[in-house]
Amino acid sequence: MENKIKQSGNRQNELVHILHEVQERFGYIPPERLAEIAKKLNISESEIYGVLTFYKAFSLEPGGEHTVTVCMGTACHVRGGQQITDEMERKLDIKVGQTSADGKFTLETVNCLGCCAIGPVVTVDGKYYSHATMKNIASILKEY
Amino acid sequence: MKRISHPNQLNEWKEEIISNLPSYRKTVVISSGTCGQASGSLQIIDAFEQELEKKDLKNDIGIKITACHGFCEMEPNVIIQPAGIFYKQLKPENVPEIVEKTILQDEIIPSLLYEDPATKQKIEIQTEIPFYRRQKRFLTDNNFKIDPTLIEDYIANDGYQALAKVLFDMTSEDVIDEVIASGLRGRGGAGFPSGRKWKFCRDVRADVKYIICNADEGDPGAYMDRSLLEGNPHSVIEGMIIGAYAIGATEGYIYCRMEYPMAVKNVSIALEQARKYGFLGESILGSEFNFRIHIFKGAGAFVSGEETSLMASIEGRRAFPQQRPPFPAESGLWGKPTNINNVETWANIPMIINKGAEWYSEIGTRTSTGTKIFSLVGKINNTGLVEIPMGMTLREIIFDVGGGIKDNKKFKAVQTGGPSGGCIPADMLDLPIDYDTLAKAGSIMGSGGMIVMDEDTCMVDVAKYFLNFTQEESCGKCVPCRIGTRQLKEMLTKITEGHGEEGDIEKLQDLADAIKSSALCGLGQTAPNPVLTTLKYFQEEYEAHIKEKSCPALVCKELIVYFIEPDKCVGCLLCKQSCPVDAISGERKQVHVIDQALCIKCGACFDVCPKKLMAVSKYTGKKKEKIIKQSSQKKN
Ligand SMILES: Cc1cc2nc3c(=O)[nH]c(=O)nc-3n(C[C@H](O)[C@H](O)[C@H](O)COP(=O)(O)O)c2cc1C
Ligand code: FES
Repeated sequence: MENKIKQSGNRQNELVHILHEVQERFGYIPPERLAEIAKKLNISESEIYGVLTFYKAFSLEPGGEHTVTVCMGTACHVRGGQQITDEMERKLDIKVGQTSADGKFTLETVNCLGCCAIGPVVTVDGKYYSHATMKNIASILKEY
Repeated sequence: MKRISHPNQLNEWKEEIISNLPSYRKTVVISSGTCGQASGSLQIIDAFEQELEKKDLKNDIGIKITACHGFCEMEPNVIIQPAGIFYKQLKPENVPEIVEKTILQDEIIPSLLYEDPATKQKIEIQTEIPFYRRQKRFLTDNNFKIDPTLIEDYIANDGYQALAKVLFDMTSEDVIDEVIASGLRGRGGAGFPSGRKWKFCRDVRADVKYIICNADEGDPGAYMDRSLLEGNPHSVIEGMIIGAYAIGATEGYIYCRMEYPMAVKNVSIALEQARKYGFLGESILGSEFNFRIHIFKGAGAFVSGEETSLMASIEGRRAFPQQRPPFPAESGLWGKPTNINNVETWANIPMIINKGAEWYSEIGTRTSTGTKIFSLVGKINNTGLVEIPMGMTLREIIFDVGGGIKDNKKFKAVQTGGPSGGCIPADMLDLPIDYDTLAKAGSIMGSGGMIVMDEDTCMVDVAKYFLNFTQEESCGKCVPCRIGTRQLKEMLTKITEGHGEEGDIEKLQDLADAIKSSALCGLGQTAPNPVLTTLKYFQEEYEAHIKEKSCPALVCKELIVYFIEPDKCVGCLLCKQSCPVDAISGERKQVHVIDQALCIKCGACFDVCPKKLMAVSKYTGKKKEKIIKQSSQKKN
């Protein structure tokens, strides 16, 4: 990361890119890193805070061990995506955006993964599961 | 191979690639885009590799791995060339049999063939399947032939020929005139004539100009841009370089949504190759033209697909839209003249240059030329991406190409244009599809999403779904969008929960009209469309929710009950075991009963009840009230 910041000099245009890298590396944006990024890019911390909270990709808190994402795009919605999300919430005993008590799963939703023909779609850590049903959710989670 | 520094070298390279192609007896083409991989294509590839190795056929039989072929419902599928035999929904276990029978003995395996849902006929050859036969795959045909990670495959299929022609035989005016004459209109939503847009930008004097490819594809349910970028990234890149030459730009960006990791990957590989061989960078193909392209990964915000927001995002800022004018052609990225087009728009360019504007403008309708890729999804038999000439009717698209509605249900509506579009009812099925007819119907072409809805879809729920979407995605900069979409959503929620009142329909209409006329950007201006079109074509459904507190499509949770039919239930325990809240009672071989006070209406019992019994029903309105009353009486 250090390197990346140095390379980008004083340019805000590198910000989203850097945030992606930090997010990928730590699984979240550690708040203590903001000052560092701000200094190197020569922009204010509050500007960075504004940008990172604007986009769904970034989070200031660490997530669970695995991230479960349910597609809530239109195609998945008309095939029962909401039911899948509801069932996930019950199974994991959390709401969307939260992490299960044992720290194992974070539940998220997304507005379309571009596999609309095989919906409802669920991903776990980027692995795709097509044609999700209320019945096969348990077996998906059991893999982890 | 080194940098190509002359068009002749490009042709020599092409010849060399073609003459070096291995002469396989047969080739197995395996589609392995995101849908393919999600459905298990990687295991199919492995199985073929192993089987060919085992049988010592590696020099005789080829494997070609491509991205999406569009028939995503049938993934993982393979085409065995040269005969063109299509096998669908494969499992690794099928592979040894395919090799043994079809590849070695030219014997067809009927159980792996596609069956036409209308005629029940099994079809052997891919191009004869109605889904493919009715299409005109000009843009997407190469998705069958190209391994997107190999630039050689693109070169062998006339790749970068259009660029060579433009750089050496055409002036920038010629290029713009050709694009204007083709009639090409932007595929990203509004359908603005692309050649004219280029001309605006060309005519602005500036030291630096930018080109952008909008690959944010925010419309949930549309994924043609993903398929093009994953399957044939060089066609988009070539289009951009040609555009840059015409406009006089030196730098370009591809803004790709982060939800498409494979598209980001394949584009990055393609850019790397294009740089290496001299299609990008300094002195392209030995000409005096220099151009660079960067890839920018989005960060998950729908509004960033709007052009001014997208530019703010590239600049590292929040994706807030800006008032236009000034238009990006004058003042765009970092205040410089910028031309932005959608992925599919760019992909059309090499074809227009290669085949000519005259050829192109013959396809489609007078005002909407060319083909358009639609994503046909929802309650339809043949889900997938279809490329068809503009002007085809909805009926042809949905019933001939799409194979009709799933499970023989009744067609109710098709939603086009995503959150900015609207729902088109059954009595408009004969509408020929182009930019103008869709706009007249109150919807838009948008990026080409077509979500097919059957009798089990509630139109008020659909409107609520979209308003929920736009309300969450509103960037909050302007009041009509921020507050207005929330109010619309709240009113719709109230109606779907059975608290609608007399006068709500008029209030919805007024509020929708107000937002439409006063929001800052396209997001807000079009957000009311799903409400307006459902009000226009499905008002009786709103009335049923409001006046009778009933949901005719049996969707809205608060307005329905689940009920186990005593004369159909055989007491198999399946529903009882699946109920997450233990609301179902009854022993094995005894009729089960739902305690309505405990039921959360998750629908699990309805889903698990065996199809041949169909013992779980849904009821709404008066019947629902009766069932709830009976249930509470029984308990007491
Ligand atoms: C809210 C909103 C979201 C948009 N999202 C996209 C998108 O995801 N992809 C796209 O190509 N255009 C999108 N557009 C349209 C762009 O603003 C722009 O018109 C388009 O990229 C121009 O390209 P074209 O002329 O080739 O269609 C969106 C517009 C609005 C108002
Ligand atoms: S709507 Fe779910 S993948 Fe597109």
